[in-house]
Amino acid sequence: MIAVTDLVVSYPRARGNAVDGVTFAAERGRLTALAGPNGSGKSSIVKALLRRADTPRGTATINGTDVRTLSHVELARSLAVVPQREDAAFPAQVREYVALGRYPHLGLWRSPSREDEIAVDEALHHAGVEDLALRDTDALSGGEWQRVRIARALAQKALALVLDEPTTFLDVAHEMAIFELLYSLSRAGLAVLLVSHQLNLVARFADSMVLLDHGKVAIRGTPAEVMRADRLESIYDWPVVVSRDPAVGAPSLVPLRRPMQLPHPKQSDQT
Amino acid sequence: MKGFRDWYWLVLAALLVAISLVAVATGAVAVPLGNILDALRGRGDPTAIAIVRDLRFPRVVLGALVGAGLGASGAALQGALRNPLAEPYLLGVSGGAAVGAVIAFALGATSDAVITLASFVGGIAAVFVALAVARVGGRSTRADMRTLLIAGVIVGAFANAAIMVALANASPNNIRGALWWMMGSAVDATWTRAGWLALSLLLAGGALVYFAREIDVLSLGEDAAASLGVDVERAGRRAFLLSALIAAATVAAAGLIGFVGLVVPHIARAMGLRAHRPLILASALVAATLVVAADLAARTVDAPTELPLGAITALLGVPFFLIQLRRIT
Repeated sequence: MIAVTDLVVSYPRARGNAVDGVTFAAERGRLTALAGPNGSGKSSIVKALLRRADTPRGTATINGTDVRTLSHVELARSLAVVPQREDAAFPAQVREYVALGRYPHLGLWRSPSREDEIAVDEALHHAGVEDLALRDTDALSGGEWQRVRIARALAQKALALVLDEPTTFLDVAHEMAIFELLYSLSRAGLAVLLVSHQLNLVARFADSMVLLDHGKVAIRGTPAEVMRADRLESIYDWPVVVSRDPAVGAPSLVPLRRPMQLPHPKQSDQT
Repeated sequence: MKGFRDWYWLVLAALLVAISLVAVATGAVAVPLGNILDALRGRGDPTAIAIVRDLRFPRVVLGALVGAGLGASGAALQGALRNPLAEPYLLGVSGGAAVGAVIAFALGATSDAVITLASFVGGIAAVFVALAVARVGGRSTRADMRTLLIAGVIVGAFANAAIMVALANASPNNIRGALWWMMGSAVDATWTRAGWLALSLLLAGGALVYFAREIDVLSLGEDAAASLGVDVERAGRRAFLLSALIAAATVAAAGLIGFVGLVVPHIARAMGLRAHRPLILASALVAATLVVAADLAARTVDAPTELPLGAITALLGVPFFLIQLRRIT
């Protein structure tokens, strides 16, 4: 289980705290979504979980243990993270790349055992990228690359999984496939914490949602509790309506239009 | 991508041995290949023994060690900095080492040991300055790798300016010495020099090989590496310092020999190597072979005039680099 309690994240030379007293938990067997406007502190929480941010107050724990008391390797064995951005400097074969997920178990010198090979095979299988195993990472489409990155995280065999906007740039089918994958991973017993801007999809898949605003928790609860037009409107500072989607029955957010008036560009002098 | 096969190691090693033998045999006084072993054991023609033992063999060994160091250092740095254009000299090492040596020249030092030591100290000092600059310039107390790279370039530029100032008042003789040194050469090879280089290579290069898997993970990027259990700051600094140490040792031993550390890791990657442990080792082997070959060319192409070794490697490296650049972009 991933839990943050009264967590504060601050960056040097920044005004105010990026995360300011946030408390929530992502439990095992459940898909928890972390949403909120740009700059509301989502990625800072991910950084705090990885011990890559200063946390002057509060705690981030994995299965009850403060991440700051774990060694880097211990942390990687209990928490797998798919970061927001990742551009490999040099291409590698997909299977070798996914096998790097075994690093926290192998360390610097141990060569992969049967168990490690099985973990890699399972990760490739669960992420649905077995067919790509022999391809190079620079020859993958955006959707394939995201699934391969998830496979690498799965190879870590951690019980907690965090993904920071894993469906950015993906088309509808690939995006749905990732959500289905994360949902089934949560049902297989993982604690899945998903950072996402896709409120409508999150509302259909997640067991609970945490909506951040300016580094604080604005609303927390089931999708039905969180997806309320009045709250979303003030958080995102944009007019919205929320209805129940007739086809799937989930709460569905539709942003309204707010037309802009630009002055007409002046005709340049042409003689 | 074609895979790297185990027998490639044999080919790489055989190439190095072959080119080394040719280099020992070739020169103003030719020593037939068959006589080299005898000469090494101290048998046969005394002139041949002296040439092989005291001149050519140490020179070949020094060239091979310099190449191995630059290749290993370049491979590790490109991975750790996640930059295919990174090379050992980019870290300010070369500039710092040159400042050290030029200051020694300008102060009238003639002792080989003093100049070598001065350049080594200068190179290491520059790296620490670069690390400090990166910390000040970076967004946080953690020195991030991109800032480190920029800091290295800046420290190098500063060092070059300092060299110009130092040389402005130097005597023509000292200027010539400093210039020759900046162009790189294995002509002053001695067993002592080769021995020191071998020792530093064994220690720092061995450590790089030991930590190579960490560099595999680092090359994924900082957040990904952190999520896989690597202490990104510490591991990055370690790879940086070890690479710089090796680079400084090679610069102290033979001056500036450009492009080897930049180009050779790409050759090793083109052979199908990805993981940094074999990549560092193969880069060391290939670079050793190339520097021995380039040094052979440096002293035979325009004999009896010696061409600067660093100029030869740059002449060979630039076209190759341009081809690589086309493939990367």
